[in-house]
Order: sequence, then C-alpha cells, then structure tokens
Amino acid sequence: MPRVTLRLEGADLSRIIIDAAPRTESSVTHQNNSLIIKFEADALDVSIPAFQPQPLVQAIRAVDPVTLAVDLGPRFSVFRATTQPLAASTRLTIDLMIAQPESQPAAPAAAPPVVSAPASSAPPELAASIPAVNGLRAIALDAGHGGDDNGVKGAAGTKEKDLVLGIARRVKAAIEGRLGIRVVLTRDDDRSIPIATRTAIANNNKADLFISVHADASFQKTTSGASILYAGAGRSGEASGRQSPGPVRLPTFGGGMREVDLVPWDLAQTRYAGRSRELAGFIQEQFQDRIPLSAHAVGSAPLDVLESANMPAVIVEMGYLTNEEQEARMNASEFQNTLVQALFDAVLRFRDAQGEAR
Amino acid sequence: MTRQQVIAISAVGMAAITAWALFDGLPRWYGRSGNRPAAAAAPQGPAASGRKIKANLFYVSDDGQRLTAVQRDVPFGESAVEQARQIIEAQIAPAGEPLVSAVPEGTKLRSLFLTPRGDAFVDLTGEVVAHHTGGSTNEILTVYTIVNALCVNLPAVRSVELLVDGKKVETLAGHVDLRRGLEKNLTWVQ
Repeated sequence: MPRVTLRLEGADLSRIIIDAAPRTESSVTHQNNSLIIKFEADALDVSIPAFQPQPLVQAIRAVDPVTLAVDLGPRFSVFRATTQPLAASTRLTIDLMIAQPESQPAAPAAAPPVVSAPASSAPPELAASIPAVNGLRAIALDAGHGGDDNGVKGAAGTKEKDLVLGIARRVKAAIEGRLGIRVVLTRDDDRSIPIATRTAIANNNKADLFISVHADASFQKTTSGASILYAGAGRSGEASGRQSPGPVRLPTFGGGMREVDLVPWDLAQTRYAGRSRELAGFIQEQFQDRIPLSAHAVGSAPLDVLESANMPAVIVEMGYLTNEEQEARMNASEFQNTLVQALFDAVLRFRDAQGEAR
Repeated sequence: MTRQQVIAISAVGMAAITAWALFDGLPRWYGRSGNRPAAAAAPQGPAASGRKIKANLFYVSDDGQRLTAVQRDVPFGESAVEQARQIIEAQIAPAGEPLVSAVPEGTKLRSLFLTPRGDAFVDLTGEVVAHHTGGSTNEILTVYTIVNALCVNLPAVRSVELLVDGKKVETLAGHVDLRRGLEKNLTWVQ
C-alpha cells in the first residue's frame, strides 16, 4: 500500500507537494471547485496535515481509499500539476494560481519553477502555458481493450490493457494539469467497452481530438518501434460514392426549421482524413529521437474505433510487446515519462497548428 | 361504392401486383437461371486431376510489418468459387520454414461464397480469433492475407468479407473493421 504524505508551501499555501512511496502514478482533475487526485493503487496510507482554510485551499480530504480532494477557495483561478520520479517515490507538485491578473500580471511566470524530468525536455513555453484554450476544448483518450480483452500479452506477462490504461491516465493528468484542456477517458478502469461506445464517448463529449493508445504485436520477435495509424478507406462501397446525405431541414423546438448536417455514423471520419493524417505526422515528429519509431511509422487501415469519430483521430501503437526488449522498456518509467511528454507536445503542436490555420 | 373508391382500390391492387413482380417474381425467374451466390463444393475432382495454377500467396515480411507475396502452385478450380476455395486452403495451410503465416495456427476454412457481383464471403473457424496474438499490425496482416489472396489472384473477386464460425464479426482482435467487405490493399504489401 503506497504511503502518501502531503506538504503545503508558500504564504498562501499555493503549492501542494504530495509524495507517494513506493512510486505510484496519479491523475489530477478539476471538478466542481475541487481538484480530484486519483492514485493508481488499491488503497493508500495517507496523512493529511491540519491547516486553516485559505483563499486558495479550503480543505484537503480523502474521497475514497485511492482518491484525495483539494477543495478550492474563492481566489483560485487555475492549477498546474507536475510529477517527478524520486529515488523511491513519486512526487506530485500542484501549484495553485491566484485570480486577479490585473494586480499581478506576471503571476503564472512568478510561480516557483517546477523541476520535473519530463518538463525539462519540453519547450520553455510549456512551463508558462496556462489555459490558452486556443481551439482545443476537449480531448478523448482511449485506452485500448480492457476487461476480458487483454489485448496483446508480452512474453514477460505484460498485458496491453494495463499498460495503455496507465499511459492514458498520465497523458490526461499532464494535459489537464498543464493545458487546462478537458480530457475524457473512454475507460478509467479495467473493463470491457464495445468499440462503438468508445467512439460514442468521444463524439458525445464533442472532443476535438481522439487518441487511442495501444501496444502492438508482430509475428516476428524482433519487430520494434512505435507507429501511428489513421483511418483509411478500404471497405467495399466507400469508393462507389456512399456519401453524406448533406444538410437537411428539421423542425426545432419552439417552431421554425433548422439546417442540420447529417453524417452517417460509420463515415464520420472520412471528412477528417487529412487532419487525422496531420495529427499522426505531429505525433511522429514528437516521437522522433525520443520514442523509437518502427520502420513504417505512419499507416492507415479501416480501423473500427476511428471510423465513426467525428474529429481528427489516430491510434498510437507505442511499441511491440512481442519484442522482449521492448516489453521491458515499455514498462520502465523513463520510457513512459518520455511517451507522455511526447504525446503532450504533439497535442500542443496540433493546437498551435490549428491556431495558425485560422 | 363511389367511383373514386373503385379507382383507389384498383390502384392499390395494381401496386401490389407490380411490387410482387419486382421483389419476388423477377428474382425467382432470374434465380432459375442460376444467378445466385455460388458456394464452394466439398473437396473434389480438380485437385486429383493434378492441374495447377500459379498464385500469389501472402506471408509476413522479415520486418514483421508488411506482407510479402510468394508465388505458389495451387490446385486448379473449375469455377471461380472453386478456385477461390483452393487459394484460401493453400493460403491458410501451415506455411513451412522460412515463411511465416499471418493466419493463426489451426484456422480452417468452413465455407466460401461468391456473389455474381464479385463479393466473396470467407467463413473461417474460431481459431482465427481464439489464437490471434492481437495488436493492430498482426490483425491488419491477417485480414489482408485473406483479402489480397483472393482479390489479387482472382479478378472476379471485388471484395472479401470475413466470417467466423458462420457469423458476421466486428473485428478479429479489436482493430480492423470487418462489418463490410474489404477491397484489395497493397499498401501493406512490400
């Protein structure tokens, strides 16, 4: 059971330092004026220090055996969370920013610099990037497989479903914590979810990006490297001109008519083909020199989970679990930190490219 | 009964007769002329006659990420559907060193249908799912081994839909959409 200790720093308790030993992953999300910190463990041995309610932090409490909540005060505006692996523990640092930018225009930049392994390789702009929600409001992350479906099983016993869930949770924590973009996970535990439901979660949450995280298998034991896949035609009937029926006029509540663009569910992705390919390219670019890429790094196929996605969408295959060396590497925190950071940077790059296109 | 009612009833009657002719009568007529999906017969004569054709069969490339075409002798089939069956039987048979097959071990062909429009249905046994390793790459290679084996060698085959144990399936291992027939794809062939 991980032992979790909390420390509050700064005159107005603007920094919360949480050490979990042994190393434990966690995610931070902002919900209903609280920060919800969820640890990847079965239970926690947690000690919460006593303190008076402050303008930034009102209270810290345990929600359930693996979740803590930081109740925020009236002066809270945004937060930044970073994780840093220490010798025998994982350190989660949460910086709370004060509202009232007019009196403190440099507040975010003046926050104490956060030292963390992944952030050190990131462009300097990251450290100061507080929610500049520039065209990206929500991202859907899909951890492949789950429940009865283990996905690929490595020789040493690694299950794809577990590996990808850990990565998806950490990418979520990084994007929400540092960019303030809402991230929806299609699954946050070990359960089996129909493929159509995964895409539906992305569509119903109006996600602007969909990334499905997987680990690959090869019939050759030596195949290695990551690849990024986008949906490609190939199904019979697509080429023969089955298309969107286009806009139709439908009655609205309260009278009147409205034009609604009808898109067949299984063809939703076709109009995003170009941007999905572009997203795949950005991820490939960010992986370059950091995450080993396979000989064919970007490809397309009629991929079920992507075809109905109503937004740019890709599958990221992080490496081959059938390759013993890759299996060990993918389980190592160094690889995972770099992967999370590279995916984070690719999202940032995609967001900026969208801004430029406007 | 007014004159308008008589006209209305006659119109409905005519429509019913026309509908029967279009949707039932005509298909029956054409059905008699043999324009029906053809099913492969049980193994029989042609193999015994010893005639062979050269066919491109597909195996896993050395880098494990693509298929590679290998020319093999396959027993001659009298009809398109019989030839299709012979090709799939040869394709899913154990590959033998140094070739590596993308079709999971133990997979057998249950039946094969070919419509007059060139849509093939290849019904495989459950091993194709139960013995699959998973992973996008391997699933793509398994699917296109079967699809390309038919589309590349038989111009009469336009698309291939995989069935497992006689039923339609969504995917083999959670990645490739099999709910509709797939066309030839050479981007996964080196």
